Amino acid sequence: MELRIDKVRKEFDRFPALHETSLDIRSGELIALLGPSGSGKTTLLRLIAGLEQPTDGAIFFGDEDASHRSVQDRNVGFVFQHYALFRHMTVLDNIAFGLNVRPAAIRPPKREIERRVLELLDLVQLPGLEKRYPNQLSGGQRQRVALARALAIEPRVLLLDEPFGALDAQVRKGLRKWLREIHDQTGHTTVFVTHDQEEALELADRVVVMSQGRIEQVGTADDIYDRPTSPFVFSFIGESNALPIRIETGQAWLADRPLGIDVSGEADGPATLYFRPQDIEILTDPPGGGLAGPVAAQRRVAGTRHLELEIGGDRTRVEIEVPADYPIGETGRVAFKPKRWRLYRNDGASGN
Amino acid sequence: MALSATASGWRFKQPSVIPGFGLTLGFTLTYLTLIVLIPLAGLGVRSAALGWSGIWTIATDPRVVQALRVSFSTSLIAALINAVFGVIVAWVLVRYRFPGRRILDAIVDLPFALPTAVAGIALTALYAPNGWIGQYLAPYGIRLAYTPTGIVIALIFIGLPFMVRTVQPVMEEISREVEEAAATLGANRFQTISRIILPGLAPAILTGFALAFGRAVGEYGSVIFIAGNIPYVSEIAPLLIVIRLEEYNYAGATTIALIMLIFSFAVLLAINLIQAWSRRRFGYGN
Ligand SMILES: Nc1ncnc2c1ncn2[C@@H]1O[C@H](COP(=O)(O)OP(=O)(O)O)[C@@H](O)[C@H]1O
Ligand SMILES: [Mg+2]
Repeated sequence: MELRIDKVRKEFDRFPALHETSLDIRSGELIALLGPSGSGKTTLLRLIAGLEQPTDGAIFFGDEDASHRSVQDRNVGFVFQHYALFRHMTVLDNIAFGLNVRPAAIRPPKREIERRVLELLDLVQLPGLEKRYPNQLSGGQRQRVALARALAIEPRVLLLDEPFGALDAQVRKGLRKWLREIHDQTGHTTVFVTHDQEEALELADRVVVMSQGRIEQVGTADDIYDRPTSPFVFSFIGESNALPIRIETGQAWLADRPLGIDVSGEADGPATLYFRPQDIEILTDPPGGGLAGPVAAQRRVAGTRHLELEIGGDRTRVEIEVPADYPIGETGRVAFKPKRWRLYRNDGASGN
Repeated sequence: MALSATASGWRFKQPSVIPGFGLTLGFTLTYLTLIVLIPLAGLGVRSAALGWSGIWTIATDPRVVQALRVSFSTSLIAALINAVFGVIVAWVLVRYRFPGRRILDAIVDLPFALPTAVAGIALTALYAPNGWIGQYLAPYGIRLAYTPTGIVIALIFIGLPFMVRTVQPVMEEISREVEEAAATLGANRFQTISRIILPGLAPAILTGFALAFGRAVGEYGSVIFIAGNIPYVSEIAPLLIVIRLEEYNYAGATTIALIMLIFSFAVLLAINLIQAWSRRRFGYGN
């Protein structure tokens, strides 16, 4: 099922939780809404589900305007962060609930319902647990049951709000892979919310980065990571450094030092240079360009070492990645230049 | 750890990180013995003086039987009515935000705070045949005061806060998400209430019911004004106990009390067992 969010806006008591937003979600796609807490991810997801009504705009399921359909009629599978299982019901009754509440005319017979529940339990890898109650399951198992319950109604879209948010890191990783597998098996159009960039980038076909009630960028993991269109996306995804610089006479300058990077074609004026710690090149020659400064701090990060340098007159701190055994000379200074970087103008335009 | 090493078959209680189980259990037992058990044992001793045949004579006295029947049946009806309307009141207080909600919330506690005699007099003033409400009912031959119906009205009044205050916190805890989950699965409002919300509230409703019922069985002050206290019709057991006391018939009084005690205990125990079972099963409270 294709989804089209068309100029949707949502205010809570005048507070704009979601500014005018449009987004096309392709059929069968696994798409992540990624952003810091309070950026409007849940609001957007709930609008799609019909748990909230948009202040403005429309939401299309395929060609059909679903905006005025009730939650019950939208036929969406929704998975909540805290599972929201019915704790007075067995796993079997939980999963069967969506089928059991159907009007008699379209309710499958009891046998058939049970067969489908058991099938779903196999799919979510919890065979044999149908008689348990939710409080007899671990967090990860509960979330699997919640997903099975959502899948039982054969939803047109599957919506998950931070589905792994309440679980510990180990379980999260396992479930992440598992969700991808389920998605590939069932082929549901799936939207999931997360504030964990690793989760989003690893799991999703496309990532929607949100901030302050707006969509900042939509793209594949590569797009988002390698071609961030805004300083927010650049600094939100992965590690990054920001240096205020100046473009003049076809060169990039930090105060009176040329950076030695190619900025041909960039207009003159102030700009902010963004680069990642690992996208640098150490300069060993006595510097005729590039950035240099004393090492203010260092820390070991797995197989590499991160150095914090104090750059320029106002000692802006930047972090760079060097090999773990990198020898810091007697001077304690390190010189480098960014290999890959992006320039953002203070008016929001970007280039590199 | 030393604690986990002592795995010796049957244990009174699993070792817990919360210290002081032995101490607090000892305190609890002593306290219950002093405050509850010794006075109750006194009841038994007093009636025992009559011997079995004496107790049996009193227990089967038609006036006593009728008084007990009135007491327990009116209490049961009142607690059932409170179970329905108390839940609705709690629902309104928990789920909706409206002007005056705080005041309404405070009013629920009034029956707790009011001296029961005041409540009894006020209710009688309302429902007596010449009272505010009673006068409109009298022409149709409907009499509330001085009948068992009057007793039920007084007991509803007395029991309401028990129901509301027990259900309210649990209701507050039932997350919106659970209802929303039901809605996304296609359940309409009625299905959500009957299949999700009410079963979730059942343990709390049972507790509230037990409290309201227990309180109603023992209620005296508010009932005697509105009941009319006609023997064999609207005479409640606690009143009969007082009457016996005034006749200096202590053994008779304590025997009726003992019978009430046994019945009440049986009812409350049954309710407690049901709750323990549901708690184990659904994991409420952990
Ligand atoms: N029901 C609501 N009433 C008022 N404000 C809300 C409501 N739901 C969300 N908000 C506000 O809208 C903003 C976006 O919230 P949300 O969509 O939950 O963000 P996220 O899921 O990205 O953390 C937040 O500032 C939040 O406080
Ligand atoms: Mg959220």
